[in-house]
Amino acid sequence: MSAMSARATAVAGTATAMGTAPAPVELERPDVEEDVSADRPWLAIVWNDPINLMSYVTYVFQAVFGYAKPKAEKLMLDVHHKGRAVVANGTREEMERDVEILHSYGLWATVRRDD
Amino acid sequence: MSNVKRTRQGIRVRLETEEVALLRALMEQILALLGDAPGADDELASMGISQNATKPDDPVLARLFPDAYRDDGKAAEEFRRYTEMGLRDGKREAAGTVLASLEGTGDVVLDEERAQAWLRALNDVRLALGTRLDITDEWYEEAERMTADDPRAPMFAAYDWLTLLQEQLVRALW
Repeated sequence: MSAMSARATAVAGTATAMGTAPAPVELERPDVEEDVSADRPWLAIVWNDPINLMSYVTYVFQAVFGYAKPKAEKLMLDVHHKGRAVVANGTREEMERDVEILHSYGLWATVRRDD
Repeated sequence: MSNVKRTRQGIRVRLETEEVALLRALMEQILALLGDAPGADDELASMGISQNATKPDDPVLARLFPDAYRDDGKAAEEFRRYTEMGLRDGKREAAGTVLASLEGTGDVVLDEERAQAWLRALNDVRLALGTRLDITDEWYEEAERMTADDPRAPMFAAYDWLTLLQEQLVRALW
């Protein structure tokens, strides 16, 4: 994932200092960590890439999954540092739907069965 | 330099004349890359299903429409058959939204929905330029060594400018 140039980071820093509160879209979605079971054996995975911005990826996780900003940020950092992160789990159809939405935002996302 | 700010009327994007021209040109290029809408006479196409399910040869299109399965070519093709046309339409629509909001004079003011479309369209163009330029994590160090007569310089400049604009837009939406 791309961090910002010094110039842009300065701009971003200013915005953060002003204390903008996250306003995620609230969707009723099961929590990833709390709901891995035999009924939800498919995963949506987001992969690291050098173009998508860290801020944008965080924003997309909030907008698509309704995650609070700290959780969205943690997932974004997992993608950035570990190369990928599981962002949702559920039925195959649900995960394909999520991956399609993530592709509409330009994230590099894939589906696979949990093992 | 452009700036983006949340106001009572919506997200305000202030652009210089030459920035408007650049943004317009980039959106027209991505629309050309995405191609025309499929003919309505094709029955499957009218339902959003395509006959062709192979991964695009063009690395930019392959990045805009990545495989949804890494180790299952058949599943990846099926997914592509049922989703790519809709995704293409969505990307085309987002670029069209940007072009439409640039038609007036003065500041651009966006509601949340249009601001989201802007984010997606800016990102698609960044993915396209970034893929053509073969952007890596070490890109900014590389760009500093680039001379003005480097043939990649204008594309790098556009990419850098879009990056800043997109970052500002995300911050304004938070």
